[in-house]
Amino acid sequence: MEILMSIVIGILFMSAVYLMLSKSLLRIIIGTGLLSHGAHLLLITMGGLKDGAAPLLGEHAKDYVDPLPQALILTAIVISFGVTSFFLVLAYRAYQEIGTDNMDQMRGTEGND
Amino acid sequence: MTLLHLAILSPLLMALIVPLFYKVAKNVHTGWFVLILPVLLFSYFIQFLSRTSKGETITATAEWMPSFGINFTAYVDGLSLLFALLITGIGSLVVLYSIYYLDKHKESLHNFYVYLLLFMGAMLGVVLSDNLLVMYTFWELTSISSFLLIAYWYHRERSRYGAQKSMLITVFGGLSMLGGIVLLGIMGDTFSIRELLAQQDILVSHALFIPALLLILLGAFTKSAQFPFHIWLPDAMEAPTPVSAYLHSATMVKAGIYLVARMTPIFSESSLWIWLVGGIGLLTLMWGSFNAVKQTDLKGILAFSTISQLGLIMSLLGVGAAARFYDYNQYYVAATVAAIFHLVNHATFKGTLFMVVGIVDHETGTRDIRKLGGLMSMMPITATIALIGSFSMAGLPPFNGFLSKEMFFTGMIRVIEMDIFNLSTWGILFPIIAWVASIFTFIYSMILFFKTFTGKYQPEKLDKEAHEAPFGMLLSPIILASLVVIFGFFPNLLSQSIIKPAVEAIVPAIKESSTLKVNIYFWHGFTPELFMTFGVILLGTLLYVYSSKWTPIYSKIPEKLSFNTVYDHGLISMERGAFSLTRRYMTGFIRTYLVYIFTFFIGILSFTMISQGAFTIDTSELAPISVYEVVLAVILVLGTVTILFAKSRLTAIIALGSVGYSVALFFVLFKAPDLALTQLVIETVSVALFLLCFYHLPRLSRHEERTSFKFGNLLISAAVGVLVTLISIASHSQKMFPSISEYYVENSYKLAGGKNMVNVILVDFRGFDTMFEICVLAIAALGIFAMIRLRLTRRSEG
Repeated sequence: MEILMSIVIGILFMSAVYLMLSKSLLRIIIGTGLLSHGAHLLLITMGGLKDGAAPLLGEHAKDYVDPLPQALILTAIVISFGVTSFFLVLAYRAYQEIGTDNMDQMRGTEGND
Repeated sequence: MTLLHLAILSPLLMALIVPLFYKVAKNVHTGWFVLILPVLLFSYFIQFLSRTSKGETITATAEWMPSFGINFTAYVDGLSLLFALLITGIGSLVVLYSIYYLDKHKESLHNFYVYLLLFMGAMLGVVLSDNLLVMYTFWELTSISSFLLIAYWYHRERSRYGAQKSMLITVFGGLSMLGGIVLLGIMGDTFSIRELLAQQDILVSHALFIPALLLILLGAFTKSAQFPFHIWLPDAMEAPTPVSAYLHSATMVKAGIYLVARMTPIFSESSLWIWLVGGIGLLTLMWGSFNAVKQTDLKGILAFSTISQLGLIMSLLGVGAAARFYDYNQYYVAATVAAIFHLVNHATFKGTLFMVVGIVDHETGTRDIRKLGGLMSMMPITATIALIGSFSMAGLPPFNGFLSKEMFFTGMIRVIEMDIFNLSTWGILFPIIAWVASIFTFIYSMILFFKTFTGKYQPEKLDKEAHEAPFGMLLSPIILASLVVIFGFFPNLLSQSIIKPAVEAIVPAIKESSTLKVNIYFWHGFTPELFMTFGVILLGTLLYVYSSKWTPIYSKIPEKLSFNTVYDHGLISMERGAFSLTRRYMTGFIRTYLVYIFTFFIGILSFTMISQGAFTIDTSELAPISVYEVVLAVILVLGTVTILFAKSRLTAIIALGSVGYSVALFFVLFKAPDLALTQLVIETVSVALFLLCFYHLPRLSRHEERTSFKFGNLLISAAVGVLVTLISIASHSQKMFPSISEYYVENSYKLAGGKNMVNVILVDFRGFDTMFEICVLAIAALGIFAMIRLRLTRRSEG
């Protein structure tokens, strides 16, 4: 199972990097979204995908899955959501002001050379 | 802190209050206040003469950084004292001269004297410090104050150029020297020169000995304007003439000589030292004297002559260092004696000549020998002084330059007899070069005097009416010129009191054997040296008289071959190179930087993993695969691939949403209810946000990226993906220790009273994470609000 997940994560990372290297700002933002998905899945996979009950003591199970990675991912999800939304609005505002989403054209002004 | 320390630091302290004098007493030339100090210091240092001439040394320590073993130890022996006397003595004369040279209304005198005093203090510190690091501190202070003094008339472009050049070269050397000092400190575990000397035999066999030697020499050669680092000195002539007289003839340029002399007992075991110091010295002597002849500026002549005379002293020190191999036979130590004697002589006659040139410049408005001539009748005193100085420089009797030149020839002739380090074969070059260089020395000395003071007076070319300088201005050169004559007639005035202790400091072993007898005879019989001098005078006179016949060869030597061209082009091409390099890799495209980052990431990680053999796969602890998970994985991958090939933005967003929901479903499968909930909600909100924003953004164009461009991206991204997969498999295969989660499972209810372990961890066990995560959200929300509402550019428009 972990090997399958590793491959899935690898594909997510690969796509994310490919998108981030492109010239369109939109694709870059989508790339960061994919990257955070990959990272979250990586976290839970590294925590171990062994059998066991959900981490709720009410289950009265003999064995639970690891609760710590879940707490970490929860934090990470929220933070990446905050950052992504900020980034989105930034892209939106940048497009409004500059009028392009092509990264090659976003190189600062001539005077900065 | 003793009186000695106070004496060394007093010029620096004085520099603090000089501007005060300048402001308060506007009608008195500031130099008069300054003059007191070097005179006092000179009389203070004179007192040590009686003790050093008996072979005593004086040591005084003031703690500076005792925990690092760095203390300001002042150490007075013959060599230090000789330099201290030169610095304070010539310093007094230069200050006196500058009072008449610089106008108190037109010049910013406070700057001048602050810099000059800084320099004086720094120079005293260099020659009197026993600790090498303290010496280095003062050494750099001389570079800085010299830089300030050269650029004294900072509105002139040439001054700034000269200052920058001398700064770059001397600081380059200073830093090399620091490297050498640190190496010496590592080898000997001390920075004290005396303690290093004591363990000289250990140092010689150390592997770092040669690097330390080379680095220290680099420092000495750059400071003393040795070949090929001499190029800064002629450009430093843009400084006011008192500065040239003081720094660039008598003191600063001799700091390198001092260093070589000081380090000779440590390094002279090495043939490299003898060859480098001797050889480079001779080369400098030859090159300097050869180039001095073609100069048309009086200060240019003097600059090149300083270079060549420094080379002469340096070569004598190199040859003198060989004395160690002959049991310090007095016969071979004579070269060191000559070096010290010439050092004193050079300081006197070169100081004289610089002051004379300053007077000529001051009274006629030019230093160009093509415009000058026939000043003898108008400036008889100046002419007499110049005659003494230049004839002494040429090595003519009865002046002191004659004596030291004879001793120089003696030293060089003896090189032939030395049977060490191949000196018996190649050593024949030493006296030949010395002799040829002396001829050139003779020629430029004659040019200096006769072209200026004899010939036809050309008033139409001069800005001012030439006339004799005021007495105050003449006083310093008169004193120096009389010293030239006195030392010429009574050289033994110096020999016992100053030269002998100084030589004993350079060749410490000779002190025990007490065989050194310094006797400088005016007449030493019909020796080869005397005939060499006759030859110099004869050939020199011939060449001078027929100079118009052969000087055109100078114009045949292309200007491009000079070291100045090398320096200038080197500087320009370094700037250009750095600029074009930066232009090349700092493209301004975010993609380029991402490529760097990812490539570095791939490179460093794959190298580490491969070299550690960490790519292992352990299948023993894998969880079983269920059908649901395989199906979900396929869906997720399909969604991802759809994004890559999506043509419209809507497809991309929906595909991204499907990936997010698949991840949420994975969380369900992996028994993470809280995660699944959050992921579902957040993915929904995100997709909504994406839709909201993308509505305003342009079509998802792919900017018609080239295939090669895409291929490069594919390569990098595939490498990242494969690497992440491999690392995650490898790290899963190597479990080091069990999870700490047992603790949370056991104590969630017991300690925290909650049954949902994830939530208990979030708000209880690790509540701080959550607090700052809330902060992140708050900041993001505020940021978004600010971005949308704050529109400063719009406001200004309307």
